[in-house]
Order: sequence, then structure tokens, then C-alpha cells
Amino acid sequence: MADTLRYRDDEPVDHPAVTVDAFLDQSNASAVRIEPGDDARALVPHLERLALVEVNFPAFGDGRGYSSARILREAGFEGELRAVGDVLVDQLAYMRRCGFDAFEPDEQFDMDDVKAAFERWPEVYQSAADSRTPIWTKRHA
Amino acid sequence: MRLLTGNDLKSGAVTWWTGSDWSIHIEDAVDVTGSEDEIARREEAARRVNVPYAIDAELHEGSPRPSHIKERVRALGPTVRPDLTLKPADPEIGNWVI
Amino acid sequence: MYAYDQYDQAMVDARVEEFRDQARRRLEGKLTEDQFKPLRLMNGLYLQLHAYMLRVAIPYGTLNSLQMRALADIAEKYDRGYGHFTTRQNIQYNWIKLEDAADILADLAKVEMHAIQTSGNCIRNISSDHFAGATADEVVDPRPYAELLRQWSSFHPEFSYLPRKFKIAVIASEKDRAAMRLHDIGINIVQNDTGELGAAFYVGGGMGRTPMIAPCINAFVPLDHFVTYAEACLRVYNRYGRRDNKYKARIKILVHELGAEEYTRQVEEEFAQLLDQGIEPPLAELERIRTFFEDPPFDGDADAEIDRSDPDFAVWVDRNTVPHKQPGYVSAVISLKPVGGIPGDATAEQMRLMADLAKDYSFDECRVMHTQNIVLPHVRKADLHALWTALEDAGLGSPNLDTVEDIIACPGLDYCSLANARSIPVAQKISERFAANGKTGTLGELKLKISGCINACGHHHAGHIGILGVDRKGVENYQLLLGGSEAEDVSLAKITGPGFDENGIVDAVETVTSVYERERQDGERFVDTYRRIGMNPFKEALYG
Repeated sequence: MADTLRYRDDEPVDHPAVTVDAFLDQSNASAVRIEPGDDARALVPHLERLALVEVNFPAFGDGRGYSSARILREAGFEGELRAVGDVLVDQLAYMRRCGFDAFEPDEQFDMDDVKAAFERWPEVYQSAADSRTPIWTKRHA
Repeated sequence: MRLLTGNDLKSGAVTWWTGSDWSIHIEDAVDVTGSEDEIARREEAARRVNVPYAIDAELHEGSPRPSHIKERVRALGPTVRPDLTLKPADPEIGNWVI
Repeated sequence: MYAYDQYDQAMVDARVEEFRDQARRRLEGKLTEDQFKPLRLMNGLYLQLHAYMLRVAIPYGTLNSLQMRALADIAEKYDRGYGHFTTRQNIQYNWIKLEDAADILADLAKVEMHAIQTSGNCIRNISSDHFAGATADEVVDPRPYAELLRQWSSFHPEFSYLPRKFKIAVIASEKDRAAMRLHDIGINIVQNDTGELGAAFYVGGGMGRTPMIAPCINAFVPLDHFVTYAEACLRVYNRYGRRDNKYKARIKILVHELGAEEYTRQVEEEFAQLLDQGIEPPLAELERIRTFFEDPPFDGDADAEIDRSDPDFAVWVDRNTVPHKQPGYVSAVISLKPVGGIPGDATAEQMRLMADLAKDYSFDECRVMHTQNIVLPHVRKADLHALWTALEDAGLGSPNLDTVEDIIACPGLDYCSLANARSIPVAQKISERFAANGKTGTLGELKLKISGCINACGHHHAGHIGILGVDRKGVENYQLLLGGSEAEDVSLAKITGPGFDENGIVDAVETVTSVYERERQDGERFVDTYRRIGMNPFKEALYG
């Protein structure tokens, strides 16, 4: 497993994430891991006691985690949202837009490629979970 | 017989394993029965071929001819544009494919 | 037509550089083929039967002459001198090199074009009515709505790894010229009783191995909720569409398995969540886009009469021109279906000629039709003879719009690695047969569509007559289907019975047209007769 890329200033959570089922059964965990088939909205009533949500990508082509991330951000989650697993450097920009602010890929990224990925898009067409202003809003500002 | 085929990574051209290299001409292909997986792995890792796989073929007038029509079209080129095939001057080549 | 501003241009330019970088990493071995494949597909680059194939997006089918010329240049510079216009109003090139692909994208970007999301499990190029802005039967020009969706769907961060591809068509008429209800989402811009415009959403249509007609899930989405509603439709699909089986992954299966009512309920629930998320573009953006699609400066004194003294010209006028909302004008269809030719193919030279004709006779605009022809949308009747003469000289004057010769055919086994049988030779033989027996004209409107495999790129389910090529123990075999339509009378064709070989299918098509000739009543099209008399008379004629 490779290093975690983190785009946050707070201290990382130091205990392992539990499954969604385990989290809903017990009250003391502050880190949870969402699998592709889990309903992210089940966490929404408990966001205040969550510091870390890991979203697992067992295969890079399964895009359900992008929706999970946005749903949590839309519901006001401000803790760490970490993409874990088969996460590819060419996916980072979109993941960031969906609200991920940490990445723990199976295979280590080349940091030059990471930099290029985040600098790639001068503008964005649509709103997402980040704070970027869409082109269509800028046009009519 | 079994032939190993794939595409050239840069150009996309259909290629055939000749025993030592890759050729666009199926006449150069050799039987790889038993060693197809090993050659495919090695050659793909070296990026000398893209998505290699093995196919069944028979000898036909001394040259390999794929058993399935799809691989015969693939080996030659589009039947509807003989001018763009590998044998534009051969009026009988359609019979080799179909 | 739409023109990029600095924002659109910057996005397309950034995409070119992104792909240049990705292709470099693939060639250097930093990306495996498995990792690279979705990236190249999202730039329209397939690995096909003979080489890489590049599919270029033509948003809602609209091109100006500069763009058409750039397509011709690409055909010559990077390919083998021709291109193939597709059933989703795009163009594809068959002989592309990976090492050239980024340069081609850069050439496209210079004329405000791209290959973004023309493949892959993402939202594809938005298609629309090829007579938009020219026909009298539309409520409004649908293309501004398609353009708004183009922007919304481009580089969408949440919907780029969907369960499967996602196709959207937008129309604004009771007449459906875009196979709207056979798309993942079909949108019809409608007007309610108070004159307000809104969008009717049809979700879960498609062809492929399980053809479905999309049900209407919301008959009137107000325009200030248009994009948010689309976002809700996609999110429900991204979360719950099947990912366990590629063949059940399209949204039509989700809608079918949930039931349209339950899918709609989930969309409405998601929509309610999304409403306060600021997703909707300002309405001023729609107004801005609309200004690009205003009427060209028509000649108000254009002559309404056509000199029909040349009989060949008169036939072409009758068959290949379509009424226009502006007196003195028509829309003129350039057939890419010469008898015995390859449906949808055009040489670089022909593309340049079409570009010139669009510039000279149609306010610098042409459209790709989903039927793989090109339309010049706004032609003065007085210019038609000159236009036709130029087309005739270039082999583009076939008078066969919507006839049995106007065949939709996928590339089939001649080009496509998914195909089971060749489509093009069947199309060639059928058009030759009917040109020879002289029945093309007398059979009237007859939509014949051929696919070389079950994926149905040739829309065989939607043909008045459909042909599906299958592999029967390594030999090409062709099934015959009857009674489909992709238009407002949408229906799915049914298989007649056992299949035929290549010559047999040509005979079979002639046989069913003979049944039609025998049975038809006044004014009936082939499909009307089929619907009235049913399958049996056709079966009897085919199989005895």
C-alpha cells in the first residue's frame, strides 16, 4: 500500500475505519469505510461524530463512490473523505471535485502526475462538492 | 494450429507473431501451440504488442488461415474496400476471407 | 450556431493536453492497457478490428463549413481519405495511430471540435433533431437545450464511471427525428397550457440486446430545474444501476427492474435533495446560448416556385427536400447512400464539397442526420438546381431519402471487433437489387436498418424492416425483423423466423416488399400495412 495523500490541515484519525453496519451498531467509532454498495445516506444522521469516511474503490471503473462522496458533502460532512483502493491518478481531479480530500491508492502515484492532474482544468462546467465556480456562473457574474 | 495476434501499440496495426518478432502479414505467423501464454505475457510486458491473444487456424495452400471469419477479415482488411486491404491487387482474395 | 468563448476553448485545449499526457504515459508503460482503455475511450479512441478508430463528436449534429473542412483534412492527413458518419450524428475514422491521436484532437480544437466522451461509460455526445431551427413543426429550437446539457455533462466529475454508456437526445416537436424514446434519456421540450416551456423526460429506452421504449417519467420539468432533474436521473442510475453484468448495466434495465414508477419516485426524492445544492445554471445561460441559434437572415422575397423542367432534378426535389418554416426555402438532404455504396461513408473530397455547398447555399451550416446522411438545413428553392448539379457531379445526388435504398448500416464485421456478421455488403446488395428492379420509388417510405451484431448500432429493432447479422457456427447469418420505428410512432420490430444467408436475406427483403405491394391500401407505408395485417402474411411468403 502506498502513502496517503492528504489535503487537510487537521490530524489524521489514528484508529481503523469500521464497516457501515458496524458503525450503525456501535457509537464509539469516528471512522467508517463505505463499500460501493453501501448507502452513504445511512450515515447522514451521524455525521457529527464522524471524523473520517473512507470510500473504497475495489475496481477503478466502479463509480458509485463518487456519488457517495458528493452525498456526504451535500449533507454537510466536513471531516476527511478518503478515496481508498484502486484509485488512479487520472481520477484525482474528478474525485476532488466530488469532495474527496485524501487519497490512499493501492499503487503509489508519481507526484509529478498528481500535480499535473490537479492543475489540469482551468475551469469547470458544472457545480459539484468543491467550491469552484462553474463557467456558466462566471459568464453571468 | 494456434497463432498469436495482437495490435501494435503505437500504430494499432494488426500483427502476428513470427517466432522472433511481429509482422502485419499473416503468412509470417508461426504455430505457437503450448507457448502462447508465455509469449503473450512477455511481449505485452515489453510493449511490443497490445492485447495479444491466440486464435485457431489451419494451413491453407501452405499459409495459415484463421478458422473464424472475424480473424480472416482482421488479417486482410475490410472486404468492402479491397483497395485498403493488404492484398489490393488480388481479385481472388475475397474467397480467402469468406 | 454555437461558438466557443474563451472558457469553452480553454476546456477543450486542456483536454487535448490531458490526453497527450495520458497517451505518452501509455507509450512509456506507466499505464497498463486496462488503465488506459477507459481514458482513451473517453476521448473516442477505440481499438477496432484493423487499427485504432477515432470517433469525433458533432454536438447535436451541427457543423459549419470550416469544421467540415477540418474533418476532411483529418481524413487525409491521419487516415485513409474518408470518414464514416454514424447513427449518433458523429463521424469516425478507421485507421488512426495512437501516436497521432493527440495531434488530431489539437487540430479539432482549432475549429471548436473534440472527441470528448464519444465512448466510455459516461454521458455521450448529445444528439438532436437534424431539422432543428428549420422545421415548422417544432415548439422551439431544441439545440440550446442540447448545448446546455453538453456543457453540464462535459467532464462531469460524478458521472464519468457510470455502470454503462449513457446517451441523451433532445427534441422539441411531436415529430421525433432523433429516436428520442430509444435513448437512455430522451427529452422533448414542450409547451404547457399557459405557454410556458418545459422538458418532458423519457428515461430507460435503448436498443442493444434488450430493446426498450423509454417511459415518460415526468411530463413537464420546468426549465429552471432542467439540469438538476437530469442530475437526479443520473445519480439514481450511478448508485443503483447494475454493475454485476455488463449486459444488464444500461439504465433501461434499472428502470425496467424497478418499474418506471419506483424509478421516478427515487428520482424525485434525489431531485428534492439536489434542489438547494445550486446545481442549476442561471437561466441567463440558456438565453445566451439561444442567441447562437437564431434564424439566419432569410431572403423574405425568396421564390416559392421551383423550375421542375429537368425530370431527374424533379425526382431529387421530391425525394430529398423537406418543407421549411420559411417560405421560399427547403431543407435539402445529401444522400450518403449511393446505390451499391457504403452507407454513411464520405471521402475527404466529398466532405469539402459539402462544406462549400453549406457555405454557398445554407448559411454556412450543415447537419449530420442519425440516418447517416447530411442535410443542408436552409436552402433557397431558387438555388436547388445549382446545388443538385454540384451534388450529381460528385456522386452525392442519389434521390433516395427515406426509401429502401436509404439504409442505416453499422460498420459490421468489415470494421468492428464486436460484430458477428458483415452489414455493409448486405446494404450494398439490397440497394443494388431495388435500384435494378425499379421499385425504390413505388415502395415509398421504407426504413431499412442493418446491424452486424446484437448491440444494434444499426438500429435494426427500429427498422420498418430490420436485419440482424448473427454468427451461426462461424458462418454469417441474417435474421429479418419487421415493424419497428424510431419515430413518433415508435415500436420494436419482431423477428420473422429462421435466418437467411447473405443472398437469402436480400431475396427475403424483396419478398416482404412484394407482400406489401399486394396488400397495401391507399396511402399506407410498409409499416402501416404490417401493423394492419400482422406478421402472418409475411411469414407465409417467406417460409411457405
